[in-house]
Amino acid sequence: MVTLEHYLILSALLFCVGIFGLLTRRNAVGVLMSIELMFNSANINFIAFSKFITPEALTGQIFAIFVITIAAAEATVGLAIVVLMYRNFNAVNVDKINFMKW
Amino acid sequence: MIKYSYIIAFLPLLSYVLIVFFFSKREKTASGIAITAVVSSFVLSLIALFETLADHGPHIFEYEWIVIPGLKLPLSIFFDPLTAVMLMVVTIVSSCVHIYSLGYMHGDPRFSRFYAYLSLFTFSMLGLVLSGSFFVTFIFWELVGLTSYLLIGFWFEKKVASDAGKKAFITTKIGDLGFLAGLLVLYWAAGTLNYSEVYHQIEENQIPAIILTAAGILIFCGAIGKSAQFPLHVWLPDAMEGPTPVSALIHAATMVAAGVYLTARIMSIIVVSHTAAMTIAYIGAITAFMAASIGLVQNDIKRVLAYSTVSQLGYMIMALGVSGYTAGTFHLMTHAFFKALLFLGAGSVIHAAHTNDIQQMGGLAKKMPITSKTFFIASLSIAGIFPLSGFWSKDEIFASIYHEGHYFLLALAVLVAGMTAFYMFRLCFLTFTGEARDYHVYEHAHESPKTMTYPLIFLAFLSIFAGWVGMPWLEHGYSSFVYFEHPHHAAANYVLMIVGTIAALSGIFLAYQMYYKRAIDPVKMGARFKPVYTFIYNKWYFDELYMGTVIKFAYWFMEVLYRFDQGVIDWFVNFVGRFGMFNSRVWQTFDVYVVDGAVNGAGFMTRWFAGGLRKIQTGAVQNYAFVIFLGVVLLMLFKMI
Repeated sequence: MVTLEHYLILSALLFCVGIFGLLTRRNAVGVLMSIELMFNSANINFIAFSKFITPEALTGQIFAIFVITIAAAEATVGLAIVVLMYRNFNAVNVDKINFMKW
Repeated sequence: MIKYSYIIAFLPLLSYVLIVFFFSKREKTASGIAITAVVSSFVLSLIALFETLADHGPHIFEYEWIVIPGLKLPLSIFFDPLTAVMLMVVTIVSSCVHIYSLGYMHGDPRFSRFYAYLSLFTFSMLGLVLSGSFFVTFIFWELVGLTSYLLIGFWFEKKVASDAGKKAFITTKIGDLGFLAGLLVLYWAAGTLNYSEVYHQIEENQIPAIILTAAGILIFCGAIGKSAQFPLHVWLPDAMEGPTPVSALIHAATMVAAGVYLTARIMSIIVVSHTAAMTIAYIGAITAFMAASIGLVQNDIKRVLAYSTVSQLGYMIMALGVSGYTAGTFHLMTHAFFKALLFLGAGSVIHAAHTNDIQQMGGLAKKMPITSKTFFIASLSIAGIFPLSGFWSKDEIFASIYHEGHYFLLALAVLVAGMTAFYMFRLCFLTFTGEARDYHVYEHAHESPKTMTYPLIFLAFLSIFAGWVGMPWLEHGYSSFVYFEHPHHAAANYVLMIVGTIAALSGIFLAYQMYYKRAIDPVKMGARFKPVYTFIYNKWYFDELYMGTVIKFAYWFMEVLYRFDQGVIDWFVNFVGRFGMFNSRVWQTFDVYVVDGAVNGAGFMTRWFAGGLRKIQTGAVQNYAFVIFLGVVLLMLFKMI
């Protein structure tokens, strides 16, 4: 029997993978992908809570769809930034782009 | 005119102001203004004289000046016959000198300034004569001293001239100090300095005799300085470094006579105080004899005349000392004319010969007929030959000394008369007669221009006739015009007249024998009486004496003061400075280490902290993300606890 805990554990693991990727990936595209992972872990949480706590209302599912939509827009903007980064600095590695320091 | 007599004095002042401020670059206009002013003053003085003849006065006018509680010093005018006579003397001589200077000062680079000074002097002298209180007299007294200084040192490029100016100023200032002290004594005792009020109080016996004696002698000190009396006579011969017209005007006829005038003004004191009278008489006598003896052997034409002036002033002072008010002032008047003539004549000679040394002259009579004739007239007049004006005034002096019974002074006066005749004719013979001793000088000599000779002729007339107003036979002559208290009309004393004439003639005869006929060799005479000759040739060693005592003392005192300045005052000033330096060093240290330390410390601390904190700002996106992540984790941990 798949319970709420299973979903939450999956979601937490997915989030951890996303965090790990976010903090360790050098490639900006990788970082963006890690963020997508974290979004999806949140989506799983939304849907899981919706299904197990308020099954008659579809609030969580609708919210997840919104998140997906926003994530798509975010990814678009993020990729545009990456493209510009490449054009200006000839690199997509985030550790190279550290001009905003002291 | 008497009512507006201040105009007489202010005309030359106006001229001075105009010349100084507007016409200093225009010589003709400047001299024109000065001459117009002084001649106008002369005309006005003449009118005033006639008014005074009708009403002797004294006329007194007061103009409010300084009025503070406890002190009232008005500008007052005291116009009596003596004032009228003095005005005539000053304006006549001043007019002659102004005109004469046109020729004498021609081409001088400071021609206008010379006329400005002459105007200023004339103003001061007229003010001195007109003033009606001792205080105002003192002011003008100092003013004439100042102009005298300016004019003696007129050719200040010459060191001797500027030195002579300083010597004259400082020497007379010593006398003026006494004058000022006398004024203070008088003011303290009488509470006023106006002539009329002081005279009134003396008549009423309101002032103690001892104070009057002190005041009289102290005020006379001013006269000693200004009239070059023994022992302050040393400045007058040196003053001959000034231009000759100045010597004639200031150092022969007018300013030096101011001392005699002042002595005449304190006549009320002289008649009361026997001590003061005798002091004055004997100082006059000593001066007359001493200066005449020095004049016997000098070789500078102007210096002979200067010593003659000192001697004649001594005469006048001596006469005043024996209460001969009329005699003293009468001789002052006649002397002014013939001495001015002598000086202007000497100036004419110097102008022609370009030397002052009579030993280099000789035979100039042929070249300079007018100058030599007028010079001889003046010499006869000063020697006291009948009937020239000098004869009458000298006789008047003999008569007043005889009248008071001072036979020693009388003998001295007669002796001095003989000496006067001798040195004057020695001067005449050496200058104008005989052979030319210096061919070069003789060749270049020429008669002076008319602007110079006309004043000579005019003064020659006065030298002959001015004294006639004082003939003893005249019913209403000088003695019934200028007198003290009541007219003193002495009958003619024929014995004294004859004695005086004999003294004069013998002096002239001796000079004739020695310097005209050369029957007696002057050089041999000098060698025979060598100690005496050296003594009087060196002017009785007065300059050396003063140099050795007074001036040496002054230098010593100066040295002491210098040491005091260096040792005490400078030390203290330096100490204050050093203390200030030290104090400021202390505060500098405090500033550097405490105040600056705090300020710098604040900045340094900020930098130090910022230096640590800025390391957080890595610029790497992932670091920020990590921090955010850590923050969230921490928040969760807090929530759990």
